[in-house]
Order: sequence, then C-alpha cells, then structure tokens
Amino acid sequence: MITFIQGVLLTLLAAITIAIVRQRNLFGVVILAGIYSFLIASVMMVLDAVDVAMTEASVGAGISTVVLLAALHLTGSREYPPAHAALLPLFVSAVTAGALIWGTAELPKFGVSHAPIHQNTAPKYIEDAAQHKMPPNMVTGVLADYRGYDTLGETTVIFTGGIGVMLIMRGRRRKSKGSDAKSKSRERSA
Amino acid sequence: MKLDLILRVGTKLILPFLLIFAFYVHFHGDYGPGGGFQAGVIIAASFILYAIIFGLDAAKRVAPQAIVERLVPLGVLIYASAGLPAMIFGEGRYLDYGVYGHEFTHAHEWGILLVESGVITTVASTMLAIFYAFADRGTR
Amino acid sequence: MIEWEMIAYHYNYYITIFLMVSGLYIVIARGNMIKKLIGLGLFQTSVYLLYLAPGKIIGGTAPIYDKAYQVYSNPLPHVLILTAIVVGVATLAVGLALVVRISEEYGSIDEDEIFEQDEDQ
Repeated sequence: MITFIQGVLLTLLAAITIAIVRQRNLFGVVILAGIYSFLIASVMMVLDAVDVAMTEASVGAGISTVVLLAALHLTGSREYPPAHAALLPLFVSAVTAGALIWGTAELPKFGVSHAPIHQNTAPKYIEDAAQHKMPPNMVTGVLADYRGYDTLGETTVIFTGGIGVMLIMRGRRRKSKGSDAKSKSRERSA
Repeated sequence: MKLDLILRVGTKLILPFLLIFAFYVHFHGDYGPGGGFQAGVIIAASFILYAIIFGLDAAKRVAPQAIVERLVPLGVLIYASAGLPAMIFGEGRYLDYGVYGHEFTHAHEWGILLVESGVITTVASTMLAIFYAFADRGTR
Repeated sequence: MIEWEMIAYHYNYYITIFLMVSGLYIVIARGNMIKKLIGLGLFQTSVYLLYLAPGKIIGGTAPIYDKAYQVYSNPLPHVLILTAIVVGVATLAVGLALVVRISEEYGSIDEDEIFEQDEDQ
C-alpha cells in the first residue's frame, strides 16, 4: 500500500518536473516549484522522514518561493525567448541518465531491512534511544549530539550565506546603461 | 493593501498561533518531529507574512533590521560556546554535553536544547535578513 | 525478458534519476538565470531522494522511539538532508542576489544577451 502511494506521488513529481522544464513564464515556474516542494515533502513523509518533510514544506515551499518571487520582482518576470536547438544538452542528459540507470542495477532492493545502510550505525542509534541515552526523536539526538560538529558547520554555512546576501544587496544601485536597457525591456514586455 | 480586510484580520488571528507553534516545534523537538531548523524557519515565515500584509516598515518596527542582522552571528556564537564548558570543566572534549548535569540523559537534553537555541537564532534571523535585503532593494 | 519485479523495486531510483537529469538539462539548455537556479534546485532535491529512499524499511516507522515499535527507518540520512535543505535555501538566496545585481548591471538575466553586451564593448 505504501509503495503504491509512493509510486503515485513520484509519478506526479515527474509530471510537475516536465511542466517546469517546458514552462516559459518565470512566475509560473516559481509556482510550479512550490507545488513540487509540497509533493516532495509528501514523498519524504511516506519515506518515514518526518523531520525532513517538515523542513522541506516550510523551507522549500515557503521561504524559497518568497525569495524567488522577490527576485522576480527585481529582475522582471517576462517570458524569455525559446532556446535554440537543444540537441547537445538533450544528448548529454540522456547519456547521464543511461549511465545512472546502469548503476542502479546493483543497488539493494528498496525497503529491505538487510541492506548495507541499516547495518552500520543505525542499530546503535536505535539501541541508545531505547536505553534513554538520547531523546526519543533520534533525528534530533543525532543532529545535535552525535554529529554536533556537522551541525556547527552547517550553522556556519547558513551564517555565511546570510552575510553574503547582505553584502551583495547592500551595495549602492548604480544608474548606468543597464537601467536604461532594463526599462526598455520592461516596455517591450508590457 | 488597505482594502484587504479579510487578509489583515486573518493574519492577525493566525500570527500568535504561528509563533506558539514555532516554539512548540523547538522545545518539543526531542519527542516529536521538529527542532531548531524548522522552528527558525517558521518564526521567519511569520514575520515575512506580517511584512507582506502590513508592509515592510511595520515589520521593521516589530523586528528592527539592525537587531535581526546582529542575531545572525549571535546564534553561531551560542552554538560554538556551548561546547566550551566541556573543555574548561569537563574532560576536555569540545561539545561534550556531560558537564551540564549529573545524570547522563538530563545533561545531554540540556546540551541539545542549548545548541538548538543557537540554531534557531541563526536560522530565523538569517532568513529574515535575506528577506529584508531583497525587499529593501525592491522598495528603493 | 524484462525483470518487472526489479523495475517495480527500483521505480523511485528511476524517478530520482529523471529529476536529476531534468535539472541538469535546465542548467545546460536554458539561458535564463533564474530558471537555471530552479534547475539546480531540482538537481538538489533529487539528491535528497537519493539519500532518503535507501533509509526506508517497508513495515518500519519514523525514527521516533516508542515501546510499541521495533523497526525504525535509518535516522542518519534524515539528519544529513535536514541540514542540507536549510543550507540549500541560504545558497539559493546568494545565487538570486547575484542574479539581481547582474540584472541591474546588464538589464537582462539572459545568458546570450549578457554575452552579446560583453562582446560589444
């Protein structure tokens, strides 16, 4: 049953992806990306990753949609012209896909408990949670306790990203030829 | 935006519950899904909602830009300094939470809560600062 | 003879690869920079799926301990991906900030137009 639900969700995900690739109106693309985020959050829910699903639903569909819309407001969301003959990118993508699918042939079956990933550290975490050595939510325990150094690094990366955005956006806006061209392109789209 | 009565009243109704939910997610992260990352994003989202409905200036009166931008490094500092007591009073292992209490589980829960407070501060303020940066550029 | 059983078991890997390749295609083929960033986002989310799918055990439950359950999915990929998502939005914001500055400077966010302007000078 769960695999059936997951199959349906994954098929919808593929359909949304095709729509994102084909859609030329950037506003539409951003909204489709929001739908995509909610769908992938549902897939994560089915895959038992409840914490990740919560994060994806709030970050992917919430914050990044807001930031993308803000950027669209600043750059103009006109439909961009159709790309020229896209044979080479199509070929590169097809070759990559072929190589990756060839690589999946030897992967362990989906959802079996004797796959190598479940033999390494996971039994230790579950046993520790059972003995109350870490909080019942193992994800929080591993995140903040067992792999605390990792999370310190990730927090520093977020801090760096925030500082980077502030530095880039604070600069004075120059009135150059660019702004004329921009107003011209706005007129064309209107 | 003056005429969108339903949006304004609805936002005012939703906002307190959003913030309470964010802190529930933060403090209940040990027992259910959630933690500092999710709670930080929800807090930032509630301020962004306020800014979208009531305007950027109103949001900046509630959460001044200077304070938000100072909170960004403060969160990393809270996280990094949470590991120091273990080096000074404990066995010298950085980020070893054993020093926060006598009993193992209790000490580690305090350690996790402290570290997650650093995470929630940095995540919430960074997301809000990013939004302010983009919105400022648009209104100038 | 096609092994239908294996295809059914590997369906999520195939979809993951499809998402990954679509992201790659958008990044290579489309000239618009915001579209390129969304393509990078597609690629990124496909990596999330690639990490999370092997951690699932059919019949298991979410990794939150309770006496009533014995089988849990692997919590380690969840931790790695949870932080990756939040870091992802911070890096997306940096990318968009650069796009906004490019648009202010060149009046366009289309790769070809920007290259043309550079060649004119």
